[in-house]
Amino acid sequence: MEFRYEVEGGNFSRAGHASSAVKKILKQLNVDNRIIKRIVVALYEGEVNVVAHAHKGNILVYIDEQKINIKIEDEGPGIPDIDLAMQAGYSTASAAVREMGFGAGMGLPNIKKNTDELKIASDVGKGTTLEMITYLQ
Amino acid sequence: MANDQFYHALKVDESLCYGCTHCMNVCPTGAIRIRNGKASIRKNWCVDCGDCMKVCPVNAFYVEQDDFDKIYDYKYRVALVPAVMIGQFPSNISESQIFSVMRELGFTHVFQTEHTVDIINDAMIEAARKQTEKPLISSFCPAVVRLIQVKFPALVDQILLVKPPIDASAIFFRKKLQDEGIPDEEIGIFFVTPCAAKIAAVKSPVGETKSPVNGVINMDFMYNKVYHGIKNRSGSGVRSPGENLPNLGPKHIKWTLTNGEATHMRGRCLAIDEIHNVIDILEKVENDEIPDLDFLELRACDESCAGGVLVVGNRFLTVERLRKRAELFKDIHGIPEDLASYVDFMKTRLPLKPLEPRSMLKLDEDMTVALRKMQQVRKLMCYLPGIDCGACGAPNCLSLAQDIVQKEAQLSSCVFIQRTMEKHKKLHSDHAIRIIDKVWGKDRLDKDCTKLGAKDEGT
Repeated sequence: MEFRYEVEGGNFSRAGHASSAVKKILKQLNVDNRIIKRIVVALYEGEVNVVAHAHKGNILVYIDEQKINIKIEDEGPGIPDIDLAMQAGYSTASAAVREMGFGAGMGLPNIKKNTDELKIASDVGKGTTLEMITYLQ
Repeated sequence: MANDQFYHALKVDESLCYGCTHCMNVCPTGAIRIRNGKASIRKNWCVDCGDCMKVCPVNAFYVEQDDFDKIYDYKYRVALVPAVMIGQFPSNISESQIFSVMRELGFTHVFQTEHTVDIINDAMIEAARKQTEKPLISSFCPAVVRLIQVKFPALVDQILLVKPPIDASAIFFRKKLQDEGIPDEEIGIFFVTPCAAKIAAVKSPVGETKSPVNGVINMDFMYNKVYHGIKNRSGSGVRSPGENLPNLGPKHIKWTLTNGEATHMRGRCLAIDEIHNVIDILEKVENDEIPDLDFLELRACDESCAGGVLVVGNRFLTVERLRKRAELFKDIHGIPEDLASYVDFMKTRLPLKPLEPRSMLKLDEDMTVALRKMQQVRKLMCYLPGIDCGACGAPNCLSLAQDIVQKEAQLSSCVFIQRTMEKHKKLHSDHAIRIIDKVWGKDRLDKDCTKLGAKDEGT
């Protein structure tokens, strides 16, 4: 089953709508609470990343009995050094973004911690694609 | 607790309910459907918040209480009175007067629910140190506890496992009477409740095997009796208020109001009242959106217990009165004297057992089946109009779609689908009327000038 959500860059008040929607779906599917929590935390971080850094993005969610596959594609600045971005505490967020309580440099590390498989592909100046897979059983 | 044993206190008086959609539209858990022209509550979904009762235009909801005469089943009859009860009375009526009248009404003892607040607070701080997953959520409001069980099952482990004042005070006072030599079976403790949720918590307790409270009396009922008693007191037969007065300080009096708990907990604490606000914050907590939060005080009613569905007075005035009373007793603080020697006993009795989630959101236990059902729901939503009018007897199109998939409704329950079916000659107009009869009651569409707002209303 497929679900699709749009993310608007810069609109922090809407950040979290995709994670809330996916959370509701997983609850209806009777997925284990601990697994739901990991997925939702990872997705929320991913969503906030798009809002904080990109112009816009799309979230594609594919769910079957075994796993949930979430693809977050954005049009934005891209990540020049993925290894550096994966380090806890490293952040390129602007002062304004940090003031809102975002941009602590925990986004990608937190996503990695909360997913079973994570793939990141980035094209500097064009955008970033995150693919996260979590097994449901 | 098995779902089939699940008790809830809110009931529908079918002789008064005329089948409108007010309650169905406000229910925060989507627990109400209209069938045969009457509201029906899904037992396992209802958290007894009382929003339906507050919004009903004909007072068709009622809260089942124990018969007042039940107190005479016991030789020692204890009224457990929360501070909001006192807040119903103007300041020229004293606690002593109120409690005297309650004793004249048949109680042998009057005891205040918030008497044990200090011990509870200490136990909460202690438990907060041990329970690692933050933020911790107070177990104070039984509607919130149930809301978390049915709608936020992932957060069940974050409920602080300490009993609320009603249980703690009942346990303490029972023990105190026992220590005076009174046999347990002769003690009847009756809670004067401001809300439906606390009744449900007594009748089917969560996190303990048996409630220490024997029965419940609705606050509106008690208020009328007491106020009448105060207004019509004669000199003879006047009783003393008993020995437990006055004993509450500002912290105790304000404990059940908004911020009553949060101001006395450690770390970053938030107090939130009103059930929709509570749902909003629980959504955020579930997403891990609020880091570094230590404690959440969550109350289902606006203005907390002062806004309880059985509280007669205006909630803002109740809060004002209680704050004034708190000011009067500002020198009283710390654990009351009579409790001091029971601190160790209470410590052993305050922990709650871990709570069980009982999600009402899942479409099926089996994920394969749930996936299939969700696909069906999404297909049905292609056809349903998305008007959320409630004319099918479900609160919105999505609920109808889910009801259809769960075989509790048909697609033809939708009045707009009916139109389309009639147009394509798939539904006879007589059949369409029969469907409407089924949801809204027979002859519902007949002319009736006595209904609410019609020209002969009430005749």
